[in-house]
Amino acid sequence: MPATTPKPTTSVDKTDWEEQVLGPFMEKNPERAKRFTTTSLVPVERLYTRDDLPEFQFERDLGYPGSFPYTRGIHPTMFRGKLWTMRQFSGFGSAEQTNQRYRYLLQHGVTGLSVAFDLPTLMGYDADHPMSAGEVGKCGVAVSSLADMETLFSGIPLGEVTTSMTINGPASVIWAMYLAVCEKQGVPNSRIGGTLQNDILKEFTAQKEFIFPIRPSMRLVVDTIVFGTRHLPRWNTISISGYHIREAGSTAVQELAFTLRDGMEYVEETIKAGLNVDEFAPRLSFFFNAHNDFFEEIAKYRAARKIWAQVMRERFGAKDERSTKLRFHTQTAGASLTAQQPYNNVVRVAIQALAAVMGGTQSLHTNSLDETLALPTEQAVTIALRTQQIIAHESGVANTVDPLGGSYFVEKLTRDTELGAMDYINRIDAMGGMVAAVEKGFPQREIQEAAYQYQRAIERREKIIVGVNDYQMEEQPIETLHIDHTVADDQSRKLRELRATRNNSEVRSALDRLRKIAQDPRANTMPALIDAAKTYATLGEITDVLRDVFGTYDEPAIF
Amino acid sequence: MSERKIRVLLAKPGLDGHDRGIKVIARALREAGMEIIYLGLRQTPEQIAVAALQEDVDVVGLSILSGAHMTLAPAVRERLNEKGLTDVVLLVGGIIPDQDVAELQKIGVNGVFTPGAPTEDIIATIKKLRP
Repeated sequence: MPATTPKPTTSVDKTDWEEQVLGPFMEKNPERAKRFTTTSLVPVERLYTRDDLPEFQFERDLGYPGSFPYTRGIHPTMFRGKLWTMRQFSGFGSAEQTNQRYRYLLQHGVTGLSVAFDLPTLMGYDADHPMSAGEVGKCGVAVSSLADMETLFSGIPLGEVTTSMTINGPASVIWAMYLAVCEKQGVPNSRIGGTLQNDILKEFTAQKEFIFPIRPSMRLVVDTIVFGTRHLPRWNTISISGYHIREAGSTAVQELAFTLRDGMEYVEETIKAGLNVDEFAPRLSFFFNAHNDFFEEIAKYRAARKIWAQVMRERFGAKDERSTKLRFHTQTAGASLTAQQPYNNVVRVAIQALAAVMGGTQSLHTNSLDETLALPTEQAVTIALRTQQIIAHESGVANTVDPLGGSYFVEKLTRDTELGAMDYINRIDAMGGMVAAVEKGFPQREIQEAAYQYQRAIERREKIIVGVNDYQMEEQPIETLHIDHTVADDQSRKLRELRATRNNSEVRSALDRLRKIAQDPRANTMPALIDAAKTYATLGEITDVLRDVFGTYDEPAIF
Repeated sequence: MSERKIRVLLAKPGLDGHDRGIKVIARALREAGMEIIYLGLRQTPEQIAVAALQEDVDVVGLSILSGAHMTLAPAVRERLNEKGLTDVVLLVGGIIPDQDVAELQKIGVNGVFTPGAPTEDIIATIKKLRP
């Protein structure tokens, strides 16, 4: 142990450094660009120092992991205790094919399932509906009834794995089918764990898979939160998602702000439905994007935890500390991947995943290198999973908590991201909340504008995307997964057989009961949905009842 | 003298809601001096062809990122042709694997653009096909 602390080796302050060192150096060695910016086009300075954090106090502004406001992480030991859940989103073709992929993933170390549904399912149409033409099984698995859901999880013990389901418009219908499968497997409610995406607000702003108008859509979400709170203690009934907002072209600050403000809207509506904030808030979960700009992303996750903790405590009066901890899933940015030189995507995904881990994510999906071309092949999925395992076990970043905490740059970015997001949140509050803001088209326009500015920056080559606007070369196409038409034909045949063999009078009376419940705004739709699912009423039939009662939403075609 | 602006109908057929690309393109084409009619999401091939006829457009641009392009793009071409719009330029953008590009060109799609295509290439293609 040294007897004395080392003496400072320099007494140069920042002004001296700028005059004596930087100035003369820059005269001979100009910088590469006049202006440096993040992926979100936020200016980045040459150097960050203590001067950038004039009022920063360690105890007050940063604190410790596992303690309010959780900027450094929600657990005191983070990944030294337990690694994040490696959860690969997948689904394609038929329920049989996807069931095989799930078994493959579970054998290779995946620790949670994540279901991708095809577009007809996401839009509440059966596979044989005319609008489903060409879409069945294409970008996810086709699930038209409880029979498909049973096949999807055949041989997978649902009391032991957790399942995430990415579905929004008809989320409660699909959840009802999942709960019916759990019941058939004999899994008690207390052991059923997983997540329903069920975030309809971001559908209106970004992903555009809405079915019903915004207000009845909000009621369905609240119904699931209330039902889950009462009956499914291990289920996250909503995953409040910035991922799609970012994919639609938003900046990091917009992603954060709109997502957190969406979350606040769900909290307000659920409190209005009669729950106490601490009854349900601990089960709220979030879902963020991991884009290319390493530090910007890490700052975003840190700011997210801090804002949410403060909002839950101060705005909603949460007392239970679990209500104030922002838990989140991350997926690497699909929109950042390039069709050109697709193997380069492996590197992009690794950098993005590293940011998610250093930002303290609870679970992570890494995209496959071929996802701008088609659904991923098994080999591409394996590389994506291995990327996470290499970060976990070889890179060393999981060995200490919040490794970038205290970095002048990261702390400044975290602070700026927080302030930027709070500014948006205040503006949306002034509009009367997120539903009102969406009805005015505010977040939609902000996102569209950011997407356009980003595209212009690429086309002017202010942003270089390797293989796209620089370093291009001639290439050979790579092998991709092809989903053939037989999936649609098989699915239609299965539906015909199902409709002919099930007890159709049971189906009709279950659908009639659902209609009455849906018409009563004080009733909870979940029990009637589960009953309808158990009669093998199809997704399309159940959703049609709700379409009749609630109407449908058509977006104004603005650009 | 005032030239007639090139009229472009943009639409998303099928169920896919990814509209980031088509909206960026709508704006870029408008800034390049074209007249843009954006029909919006979830349009059937018939709705698109009817709108193309009514709006007297020179170009129809479809954006499809869901993998349904081999069903939807040919259906739009057929409906356009049935309405006598055989000379209307049909462009498709989205996630289109290489092996499907040639197939689409055979059935009368005049241009295919995949992720990363610069908007100036799309503008140049339209100007070339519709001088």
